[in-house]
Amino acid sequence: MSAIGQSVPRKEAHAKVTGRARYVDDVVLPGMIHGITVRSSCPRGRIRAIRFGEGIPWDEITVVTASDVPHNVVALINDDQPALADGVINHSEEPVVLLAHPSRALLERARAAVTIDVEPLPAVLTIEDALAKTAIAWGTDNVFKEYWIRKGDVDAAFARPDVIVIEGEYFTGAQEQLYIEPNGVIASVEGDGGVAVQGSLQCPYYVQKALMKLFDLPPERARVVQLETGGGFGGKEEYPSMIGVHAALLARKSGKPVKIIYDRAEDMAATTKRHPARTRERAAVTRDGRIVALDIDFVIDGGAYSTLSQVVLSRGCIHAAGPYDVDHVRVRARAVATNTPPHGAFRGFGAPQSLFALERHMDVIARRLGLTSDELRRRNFVRKGQTLATGQIVRDDIDMTALLDRALAASEWHARRKRFAEENARGGRVKRGMGLATFLHGTGFTGAGEKHLASIVAAEGLADGRVRVLASSTEIGQGTSTIFSQISADALGVGCDDIDVATPDTRDVPNSGPTVASRTCTIVGKLVESAAASVKAQLLASELLHEPYDAPAFRAACSRFVKERGPLRATAQYEQPKDVSWDEDEFRGDAYGAYSWAVYVAQVAVDATTYEARCEDFWALQEVGKVIHPLLAAGQIEGGVAQGIGWTLYENVVWKDGRMSNDRMTDYIVPTSVDVPPIHVLFEEKPYAYGPAGAKGIGELPMDGPAPAILNAIADATGVSLTRVPALPETIFEASRG
Amino acid sequence: MADRVAFRVNGKPCAPQVHPMRRLLDVLREDLQLTGTKEGCGEGECGACAVLIDGKLVDSCLVPVGQVSGHEVITIEGLASGSTLSSIQQAFVEHGGAQCGICTPGMILAARELLDRVPHPVEGEIREALAGNICRCTGYTRIFASVVRAIEIERGGA
Repeated sequence: MSAIGQSVPRKEAHAKVTGRARYVDDVVLPGMIHGITVRSSCPRGRIRAIRFGEGIPWDEITVVTASDVPHNVVALINDDQPALADGVINHSEEPVVLLAHPSRALLERARAAVTIDVEPLPAVLTIEDALAKTAIAWGTDNVFKEYWIRKGDVDAAFARPDVIVIEGEYFTGAQEQLYIEPNGVIASVEGDGGVAVQGSLQCPYYVQKALMKLFDLPPERARVVQLETGGGFGGKEEYPSMIGVHAALLARKSGKPVKIIYDRAEDMAATTKRHPARTRERAAVTRDGRIVALDIDFVIDGGAYSTLSQVVLSRGCIHAAGPYDVDHVRVRARAVATNTPPHGAFRGFGAPQSLFALERHMDVIARRLGLTSDELRRRNFVRKGQTLATGQIVRDDIDMTALLDRALAASEWHARRKRFAEENARGGRVKRGMGLATFLHGTGFTGAGEKHLASIVAAEGLADGRVRVLASSTEIGQGTSTIFSQISADALGVGCDDIDVATPDTRDVPNSGPTVASRTCTIVGKLVESAAASVKAQLLASELLHEPYDAPAFRAACSRFVKERGPLRATAQYEQPKDVSWDEDEFRGDAYGAYSWAVYVAQVAVDATTYEARCEDFWALQEVGKVIHPLLAAGQIEGGVAQGIGWTLYENVVWKDGRMSNDRMTDYIVPTSVDVPPIHVLFEEKPYAYGPAGAKGIGELPMDGPAPAILNAIADATGVSLTRVPALPETIFEASRG
Repeated sequence: MADRVAFRVNGKPCAPQVHPMRRLLDVLREDLQLTGTKEGCGEGECGACAVLIDGKLVDSCLVPVGQVSGHEVITIEGLASGSTLSSIQQAFVEHGGAQCGICTPGMILAARELLDRVPHPVEGEIREALAGNICRCTGYTRIFASVVRAIEIERGGA
């Protein structure tokens, strides 16, 4: 029986439910000491002096400053971020000094005894400051990157006499990933003078690259191992490179293994968050509801260093025009610098921000034209064979109208809207409404990203007859190990228990790319399928195995091959499908190999006295290609929707002088079990030619829909047209007063 | 200032030599090597460090170990008997109640406390009972399903 399509038990479920799963803070190495970070408390300035106060046995403590760093950069894309501030402070959580000692209590006293004397400089703290160049925080103009999408003739379209122009401005706030396990690593010095880092991370090869650059090490002497990881959501994509090089610096100087585990406040204040964004929408529409042109200005706040902002920007830019057939599109997208800790990867990666603005604006347009939310969308959906904003021809066999119909039926959209309108008119304290969002999310890296990554996966036969899958793609809760075992089990004709998924350790596994961008199942999974198929082909060619066979026969043949003939191993490397092409300079062509498509519906209740909005019911319908594991897939959607609800209604990062001031779970509120509504998950499965068994990407998609669907529902309930998230009671109160 | 603090953990007596003001969380993890109890926030908000003290669900990051002297502590390690999972653990495996797994020990103990108190809870009672345990992965849906399944198992369903 095929494993794909079955909800087989999660590979590591037993270890997780018994408490045996080992996370970084559970690991203790002989002689290990602890490390902590001393940070700036000023958003921008020049370091005049670093003073080490009295009453601390400094000779017992390992101290690292910028002068100890061989090549002071955390390698990523532009390599502009130092591991430790050297003379200049660019944000209020900038690491300046590292300390290590066996006693954490002493370290806390020592940290308090370090004074970083800074001569303040004018700081840039908001997108508006950055664009107005109130000061220059980066480069010559505070702009990390600017992209344009140009399709058709936008200016001519806006000048047409038969269109009306509808404008709007939308804002989304920062959001903390809030994985329940904070960032943490252990670094140790290896016998060959190299370093090894193990920890909670999504992308082992990112950390390896950072170690190699900073210490000038060859890859074999910079080893990175992923331990069980207690959630990531993007928050452990690039940040582990920072904490990883910090621990390695302390380990090299002290000669001892060094563990750094952030406490919650440090993790919240100092590590990456979702980019705040401002989006200006201009739409030229005909009176019968055809969108003739879209002119979108999209700006994200990248924080103090460029990190991944340009990549976040490109995804946000490409998703900005949504799943619509619009002849004339212009998107100007900019990532700007501010003196705040760098914003970074978080599930959705720019798309939730730009799609929020567009999908909220669609409802504004519908209201202006006197059309319903669903009718305006029906008149504009892109269809197979038509083109998206980048000129990409839609090859997916997608029918958004059918998806919309199914979602409306599942949510009893029309009946509920009618009922709520009647109830609301009776003047009760609670107003209810329904809202929807229709959207798409690109699978895998943007543009030529996958081609450049050229990911590799290996599969090898083991002496006991099982097959091991080797990839750097990490299990961070989403189910990587389980789906890889399903995909390879089917390719080999064995069961999931016959598959061993290797621990991501750069010493052993090839680079299958980072665990990001909804790429693990569809892109890496396809390579897993190919590598496993090659192992099977080798066994068949060896004549130790003959078709048809069962799992015991496979195990016997595999075992015999390994024992008698030596290694049984195959690799598979990504090759871009021939019909995919992308022009990076013009931002034209096939931005993604495929898209997942969705219609989300929210029911909300707004308390007319307290202005508190609650999401009471939620329907998430998506076309994601073949669903490999129904339970895990539903879990991805439910979890993403819950994070989306948090971003929309609760999660408010409060900034003070460029620093998150509510850096605690007490006052940064994420949804609890009583806040999350029933989430009805529905799949449409249209196999994708280049995915394993037809699977596309799934992880980020559910982050895109909740915010616009919920705000559209609030508008339906109350008539209040909100333009920003989070929509806190005070936000709704203020907007309702006009 | 270290003293012996005697209490029972998972049915067995122990008497670690520790300062009575140390957090129970640290004593469990560092002195007793019971690392299934996790630290998520250190301020009693997330529930990752939840344990049962005399059957009550308590965040062990907020408890000085001296306070459990003479009491009974149950951690996640105390639920399975040998390799046989408890009903709630089994249900979490079957229904996808654990994703990244870091909230899972506390969540399972919160469910245990609920089912000991209310053998047949309705959905609202399940939601209420788990509200002190934050999960960032699942959106809670599969956790509710797991708890419902555990109730079935405990009623004698297969």
